[in-house]
Amino acid sequence: MSHPTPEQLAEKARYELAGLTKPLKPKQRMAITAQEMPAQDPTVRRGNMQEVALGYSEEQAKLEAERCLQCPTKPCIKGCPVGIDIPAFIQKIADGDYKSAIGIIRESSLLPAVCGRVCPQETQCQEPCTVGKALKSIDKAVSIGRLERYVADWERENGLMQPPAVKPATGRKVGIIGSGPASITVAADVRREGHEVTVFEAFHRPGGVLLYGIPEFRLPKAIVDQEISSLKSMGVEIKTDYVIGRTRRLTDLLEKDGYDALFIGTGAGLPKFMNIEGENLVGVFSANEYLTRANLMKGYDDRAATPIFPSKKVAVLGGGNVAMDAARSAIRLGAEEVHLIYRRTEVEMPARVEEVAHAKEEGVIFHILQNPKRLLADERGWVSGMEVLKYELGEPDSSGRRRPVEIKGSEFQMDVDTVIVAIGNESNPLIRQTTPGLQTSKWGTLIVDDTGKTSLDRVFAGGDIVLGAATVILAMGEGRRAAAAINKLLAE
Amino acid sequence: MNRIIFKKQLSDEVFLMRIEAPLIASERRAGQFVIVQLNSHFGERIPLTIADADPVEGSITIIFQTVGRTTHLLALKNVGDTVEHLVGPLGQPTHIEKFGRVICVGGGIGVAPLHPIAQAMKAAGNEVIIIMGARNKQLLILEDEMRKIADELIICTDDGSYGRKALVTAPLKELCEADPKPALAVAIGPPIMMKFCAETTRPYGVHTMVSLNTIMVDGTGMCGGCRVTVGTETKFVCVDGPEFDGHLVDFDNMITRLKAYKPREDADHHRCHLEEAIEKSV
Repeated sequence: MSHPTPEQLAEKARYELAGLTKPLKPKQRMAITAQEMPAQDPTVRRGNMQEVALGYSEEQAKLEAERCLQCPTKPCIKGCPVGIDIPAFIQKIADGDYKSAIGIIRESSLLPAVCGRVCPQETQCQEPCTVGKALKSIDKAVSIGRLERYVADWERENGLMQPPAVKPATGRKVGIIGSGPASITVAADVRREGHEVTVFEAFHRPGGVLLYGIPEFRLPKAIVDQEISSLKSMGVEIKTDYVIGRTRRLTDLLEKDGYDALFIGTGAGLPKFMNIEGENLVGVFSANEYLTRANLMKGYDDRAATPIFPSKKVAVLGGGNVAMDAARSAIRLGAEEVHLIYRRTEVEMPARVEEVAHAKEEGVIFHILQNPKRLLADERGWVSGMEVLKYELGEPDSSGRRRPVEIKGSEFQMDVDTVIVAIGNESNPLIRQTTPGLQTSKWGTLIVDDTGKTSLDRVFAGGDIVLGAATVILAMGEGRRAAAAINKLLAE
Repeated sequence: MNRIIFKKQLSDEVFLMRIEAPLIASERRAGQFVIVQLNSHFGERIPLTIADADPVEGSITIIFQTVGRTTHLLALKNVGDTVEHLVGPLGQPTHIEKFGRVICVGGGIGVAPLHPIAQAMKAAGNEVIIIMGARNKQLLILEDEMRKIADELIICTDDGSYGRKALVTAPLKELCEADPKPALAVAIGPPIMMKFCAETTRPYGVHTMVSLNTIMVDGTGMCGGCRVTVGTETKFVCVDGPEFDGHLVDFDNMITRLKAYKPREDADHHRCHLEEAIEKSV
């Protein structure tokens, strides 16, 4: 089957939309074709960094919106970490009232253009969708995320993005550490109430994982920049090149610099390695390093001073979204072969189904039930291959997933010149090491109460620094909760 | 922000700059470093050690050798220009206490990061013996500054153009054999020099600290590009270091890792010198 063009998909949708006779009965709605996301042709996109998913056309958005049954139980809302009134915004899309649709989303979510792209909807809002259940396939659920993206893009492309209104100045100051999704949310929510807000970012550009981690082809950086300029136009001050715990201590912000409350949203920034032989050979990278070089430092561009390791045959270790991002980046950066090695099976992969599908379409070769035992070196000390062990699934472990058990004597050798380790992150130690009294779990994540407050007074936290590695939307939800608590504290 | 207030060329490829950076100046401790980036879009992030700081003036001093694209561009900047991005102070400060006799060994540009450590060791009441080495007299830096600190200053050059014609390991060995035995050696310089300093002190059981300068991207623990093998463990130079027990560092692995981007760096180095030559000729 040839790859459908956006025009073909739009044309089909236009035809089907014209054939609908309103009012639609639930049965008719369920018979509407689930709209496919237009995407760049895999053979083309392997060679460019541009966004893969191109977004619905207006016809597709309207048609997909008609698939929503507007069920009275609204199970989708319960699946959304920030509780967006999903049926209401979808109805507005069906009515062609995109302005109201985005308005409804913005009541609950600050980053719709981002979440519409990177949220794992299949395990959140779309998972309980009645349409998907009735059609017995999660793939047939209403594409809530794509609709969210449609109206968010419509708003941005039409220049209608309006920064939230800011109440009169209260004279209170809030410091926000980190500038990823949790911090962006807190910054906006707290600034709205009229408090002065400063965001401290260690890197040279704000955006956190949205910039350094998620690649351009999945989340265009122009969208992140727009969210940041929206914060700036609200009067949020952003200080880059500012490492809390080094440039300034957290306690100094409270005691010397006059901040009334702080939010720590520093993310999960300390890559895990496998602790196997050969892991420090040349050519072995954490996914964080590989992606940061490629994304934030623009390694894909000839003008960039930051070098990218020239790879021919790459192995990516891991099965999450970060592993997919790394593998797909390696393809785009010119690798001839990219192999993804995962200990369990595809069912257990934490990556989104869509990312797995995209990776396969682009030529990433999947090796399931395998894991390297050690990495092999050439005479120069550069990685030249891996000794790989095969696994089978045993009994379920504490995570409920079936535990991979190694098959004795199954070792075989795989030749590679690059290994990218994408098995997760631990929390960054800088703040906890320099902040006495800040309580952490045994994993190094910050311990917070149900309002997001840490063990220190006036200090809140959220996102991956609390959750371990999670998602953009969960980070946003945490940010919302902490912002509400900060606003309450400052109102007292 | 980050305005260059003083610039001096110390040798052919080595420059000293004092840069306005009040926050870093007041927070930094001996042993820490900064990350420099000259262009928000396409610039690279490179670690440079802090050679000195003046909290009153609100400035830090960096000393760098023109080896890659960024250091070449930095060398072209003048007083009044700004360094677009300057982050720090990063890394763990040196552990300073009164140990007794401390031997500070600096090779080449490594004398720059050694300077604040020697200073702090002296201020803590140690007897500080400094060994400085360079290929020749012309490449020797900070001699006057180090002389002010040192109880004894030993200078070695490879070609004998100044001081002793010896490698720094020769006087280091003699000092290990002398009485009193050194309580600590601090060696900073090219990786190969640090490796041989560690090998020199090992038989005498003299604890030897080395300060590593590896490839880094963020400098805050996020990328792991700077990792080194120390004993049986993997450590991140940016958050666990930059100082480690020289007897435990796997220098061969570190030296190999430093060459990861060598072909690209060599090409940049060559191009930078061409550009410099063109600039000078017009």
